[in-house]
Amino acid sequence: MEELQELLKTYPANRHSLLRILQAAQRQMGYLPGEALREVASYVGVSPAEVYGVATFYNQFRFIPYGTHHTVVCLGTACHAMGGQLILDAFERELDIKAGEITPDHEWSLDRVGCIGCCTKAPVVVMNDAINAKMTPFKVEEVLAGLGLQLKRSTDSEGEEAGEREPQ
Amino acid sequence: MKKQVKGNLNDLRQGAHNTWEELETSALTVRIGTPTCGRAAGSLDTLQTFRERIAKEGAEAHLIEVGCMGLCFAEPLVMINNPESGLPPILYGPITYEHVQRLVEGFVLGDDPCLELALGTVEFKEDGTPYIPEMPRFEIEERLILRNCGYIDPLNIEHYLARGGYLTLQQVLQTEPEKVVSEVEQARLRGRGGAGFPTATKWKLCRQMEKEPKYIICNADEGDPGAFMDRVVLESDPHSVIEGMVIAAHAIGASRGFVYTRAEYPLVMERLKVALAQAREIGVLGDAILGSGFNFDIELVGGAGAFACGEETAMIASIEGQRGMPRPRPPYPAVYGLFGEPTVVDNVKTFALVQRILEQGGEWFSRIGTPNSTGTAVFALAGRVEQIGLVEVPMGTTLREVIYDVGGGIPEGRQFKAVQIGGPAGGCLSESSLDLPVDYDSLKEAGAIMGSGGMVVLDESNCMVETARFFVDFLARECCGKCTMGRLGVKQMLLILADFVKGEGDEEDLDLLEKLAEDIGQGCLCHLGGSAANPVLTTLRYFRDEYEAHVKEKRCPALVCKELITYYVVPEKCERACDHCVLTCPTEAIVTDERTRLKKVLQDKCVKCGTCLDVCPPEYSAVIKVSPPEKVKELEEAAGG
Ligand SMILES: Cc1cc2nc3c(=O)[nH]c(=O)nc-3n(C[C@H](O)[C@H](O)[C@H](O)COP(=O)(O)O)c2cc1C
Ligand code: FES
Repeated sequence: MEELQELLKTYPANRHSLLRILQAAQRQMGYLPGEALREVASYVGVSPAEVYGVATFYNQFRFIPYGTHHTVVCLGTACHAMGGQLILDAFERELDIKAGEITPDHEWSLDRVGCIGCCTKAPVVVMNDAINAKMTPFKVEEVLAGLGLQLKRSTDSEGEEAGEREPQ
Repeated sequence: MKKQVKGNLNDLRQGAHNTWEELETSALTVRIGTPTCGRAAGSLDTLQTFRERIAKEGAEAHLIEVGCMGLCFAEPLVMINNPESGLPPILYGPITYEHVQRLVEGFVLGDDPCLELALGTVEFKEDGTPYIPEMPRFEIEERLILRNCGYIDPLNIEHYLARGGYLTLQQVLQTEPEKVVSEVEQARLRGRGGAGFPTATKWKLCRQMEKEPKYIICNADEGDPGAFMDRVVLESDPHSVIEGMVIAAHAIGASRGFVYTRAEYPLVMERLKVALAQAREIGVLGDAILGSGFNFDIELVGGAGAFACGEETAMIASIEGQRGMPRPRPPYPAVYGLFGEPTVVDNVKTFALVQRILEQGGEWFSRIGTPNSTGTAVFALAGRVEQIGLVEVPMGTTLREVIYDVGGGIPEGRQFKAVQIGGPAGGCLSESSLDLPVDYDSLKEAGAIMGSGGMVVLDESNCMVETARFFVDFLARECCGKCTMGRLGVKQMLLILADFVKGEGDEEDLDLLEKLAEDIGQGCLCHLGGSAANPVLTTLRYFRDEYEAHVKEKRCPALVCKELITYYVVPEKCERACDHCVLTCPTEAIVTDERTRLKKVLQDKCVKCGTCLDVCPPEYSAVIKVSPPEKVKELEEAAGG
């Protein structure tokens, strides 16, 4: 929390700075633990409940940490129309968590978003800040396996060329 | 803010112009589009490979990173101008790193234009707007906002200057602010953020206010899912928006401006930051702009991921550090806005058009489009359409022209079903609406809205009930929760729709849904909640048969709703020796019959992900979906168990 103290000092201590402070704090810590919310509250001089109220209003703020690999599945209009829900299903199934959760070993975390403006490549997924275009449930398995996840089904070597086709 | 004016702007522009001319006429240039969408398609790899190859060959070529030309279906895009070849510039796409060697050997080092990779040649209109004569879409398109997009380097202000940038601002600063407002009035410009409010009316109101300071906010939140116009404009030609903002500030007498952009657009933030610094450096932003007595600076504000913040009063609350809750209007922001001061909030494209209007004149602008909706409209065309990307057409162009002539129609010979316009607040229009002209009033009449310009095309493989559920779900999540109708009414609609897609619910629920939607349309505090009715009402209006199939027959005609479909391998079509489906099924739900080698889906294990259907080779196409699910039993019996 010392680093947070340092960070806070670079912002004016007033109500108007609240959003910016929360954004900066999240950048620094990756998420907003309860303690940080209380620190911020006392710095800008409002109640912790108010800080919490502001923070929970915005989708950007997280109250649990990121996993080593963080995945965001787009469920905007275009991605949904091109099968985005099946992509989210695939991640939830393989990682055994729901959107908004993190695996117990903190390796994987999963979120959803309502459009990242990359609709021409739908359905898209942002994994560790890189955009994966034109996803299919099969590609989800490939990417996850590529990052070291033990897939649910027994994967031998086959199936690679089989997954080449465009989604329906 | 201290600024260092590097000499006089005219000299700077002259210098930039000379460099540009030389670049265009005698240098070999390779332009590579690296906006967010291009990057998703791998354009950074393409760029890097070009860089390496060119260095290795010792070729004299300028690599220029540009924004988005709107032809996103063919990304990564590369444009090569090789003046020595005597050929015009040529646009290529999609060019992944594997194609780079061919292009370098062919058209960078030699004069073989590699036509097998080309989309077409690039020519220029009188005002310098590039177009591709080989592509029929350019006959319909008219690019006022997208003029520079995908052609200039957005991070190089000299490119903008060379194409006449900030010249309009120079002239505007010599004119009375009233004149600027009346030019916009004459153009009959309507705001491009969705509602189509006359821009000059808003400006006048704000201008008349005696209070100081005044603020300008550029609404770059672009919260509508399925829309990316504002992102593209800001990533590709940020200075045109900045220039428009300074012109607007002069017109209403504002001293501070803000660009509010969403958290999901990191590249926009990055590029705007650079562009703003450059603008300050050459003295078109900051204190005493271009030596006049006018001070104006722009601050960048990052949103935090809340759809409601796209609404202007919510955006103001958010900039003030509050929860992004809308408040009732009036008072309008022009009277009581940011920190209680008079504030003008306009969309990104509105500002870009202001720049064009002051450059070319209001009269010129008013002749484009239709009498009530002047100028052009930018659409983000996505979904089930061939040439997905950005489109700019005069207002009044029909939906059919946009989807078929510009967008190239529906891929794979499938049937068009609907087009979703105006974001979640908009509506789904059917085939019968395709000949509607796109302008504010016609779309409203049809039950949709112009919105900010997202246009998602749906075909026979999309379920309209599920689509309605999707939008209501989106709005229920994003609803600020201030009024009861928004908080509970929208939730109730969602519950009914969620039942429908599961094959639950009856005809009474259908009537209830309709009634509820009508009430919500009227009873919500803000637009967001009220608009939640639109996707429901328009789908009910144009696609009632699909609702009835779900409710009465427990059948999903588009074969989408998971609970209402099953996958089935047609024995006559199954090749038997091919194991694609068996090997790729994530839950090992497909088994091979030991005797016949036929594949069979174990329904209790199947999670309906569709992978088997995707991977079944097209020459067999043995995997099908059936609805209602019980139908599979009939098929199995007919096939002899
Ligand atoms: C729920 C909601 C979301 C909105 N989102 C946006 C948006 O993302 N971008 C935008 O420019 N306007 C949006 N608007 C419209 C703004 O409130 C406002 O009308 C607009 O910024 C005015 O600019 P204009 O006159 O240039 O259109 C939204 C309105 C509502 C009710
Ligand atoms: S809908 Fe997914 S990026 Fe726009």
